[in-house]
Amino acid sequence: MKNLFVMTIALLVAMTGMSQKFYTKNGQINFDATSPASPEKIEGINRSATCVVDTKSGNMQFAALMKGFAFERALMEEHFNENYVESDKYPKAEFKGEIKNSDKVDFTKDGNYTVKIKGKLTMHGESNDVETEAKISIQNGKIKATADLNVLLSDYKVSIPGLVADKVSKTVKISVSCLLEPLKS
Amino acid sequence: MRKLLYRSALGIMVLLFNSHLFAQDEDLLKLLGEDKPKKERIKYAFKSPRVINGHSMEFLNPGTMDFRILHRFGELNKGYKNFFGLDQASMRMGFDFGILQNLMAGIGRSTYKKEVDAYIKYAPIRQSKGPWSSPVTFALVSGITLDGLPWADPTRKNFYTSRLAYYFQAIIGRKFSEQFSLQISPTMVHKNLVQLQTDVNNIYAIGVGGRIKLSKRIAFTWDYSHVLIGMPDSGYYNPLSVGFDIETGGHVFQLHFSNSTGMNERAFITETTGNWGKGEVRFGFNLSRVFQIKKKKAEKK
Repeated sequence: MKNLFVMTIALLVAMTGMSQKFYTKNGQINFDATSPASPEKIEGINRSATCVVDTKSGNMQFAALMKGFAFERALMEEHFNENYVESDKYPKAEFKGEIKNSDKVDFTKDGNYTVKIKGKLTMHGESNDVETEAKISIQNGKIKATADLNVLLSDYKVSIPGLVADKVSKTVKISVSCLLEPLKS
Repeated sequence: MRKLLYRSALGIMVLLFNSHLFAQDEDLLKLLGEDKPKKERIKYAFKSPRVINGHSMEFLNPGTMDFRILHRFGELNKGYKNFFGLDQASMRMGFDFGILQNLMAGIGRSTYKKEVDAYIKYAPIRQSKGPWSSPVTFALVSGITLDGLPWADPTRKNFYTSRLAYYFQAIIGRKFSEQFSLQISPTMVHKNLVQLQTDVNNIYAIGVGGRIKLSKRIAFTWDYSHVLIGMPDSGYYNPLSVGFDIETGGHVFQLHFSNSTGMNERAFITETTGNWGKGEVRFGFNLSRVFQIKKKKAEKK
């Protein structure tokens, strides 16, 4: 009977060890919709994205408030919120997916990896499957992750009026970078 | 005792296993807990800091300058001879500056009476949501106008201050929904010199302005002021303007019909001579172009 007790404890320890989760509340998301014909840079930055990664299952989730995107020009920020992403109606952008080859990554040791990420990106009320590569490096028990992603605005029903159609890029480059810390539950 | 230990161990294992099973499908973001609701300012009740003639509850963003060109043509009922009023035009050119999120100031000059006007606008309370929020924006405007015409009667002793008039306005406004914004604005205009002995120096009025958004870029707006005290007996009317705001990217066009010629508070509240009933209405437009003169500092963590 003692064995069973020990076994239970061991299992308990093993499980909590295995279902390790990492998180951040200040992930950074940049987006760039500058086209060659744009008179100025169309760039926004959000520094308060939240992200949780379950290193055991490889599942990950991302969320960012659209109103959290800051622009150099106030008018651009207004147009972004009012006309393009309609952030009152659709306040959040979310990504729910998984790290495809998370089993190849040893999250307990320092090292650099390139992983494939696949999942669903939801924004402006539309969901689409997206796939990209991410670079992750494990440093002192924290995960540093960066990823680039190109999305087509028309996939998310973000319409650009004809007058400025050539001044805003039809594909938007999204760069994500964050430092994930272990989640203590 | 042994049985109890065995059962509880089994129970723990089952629980663990179950929770692990659930974990596969759980909402990972929920683990971080619910976000605390933050106080958030309600923005963009109006497209521009002016409804049509009068000040709106909105402010320019800090670090921006709004270059505004306002035109009022002649009266529509003048017919084809004057091309429905388009042959004449009265204009005001103005520069407005956003200083803080709730503070702005501006200066302008109108061709009507060669008048220069300046104002400062401050909002102690902005409409917001979340904890400790206010359902309305409360703003205060104080302005001054300077008449530039030659003295009407050069034979009498004229004082420079006689050219001046002041106005004070409170704006209480609310963006009820994405589509609908409404504001009321009690106003007092003080003229240092009035035309007739029977005219009063202090004129009190209340303004009602609103917006109904028709699409993402087009909105229907109206702007009415009702003079409560100080309206001369005849020849003057309450100013009513109705129009559309059209936003084209960098510009906001405000196209409208109005019975007033004046484009500052003194002029349109106290000197509107057009009568809507007689078709003494003018076509007009405001053109607003916002420039970023000071770039936003990127927030640093």
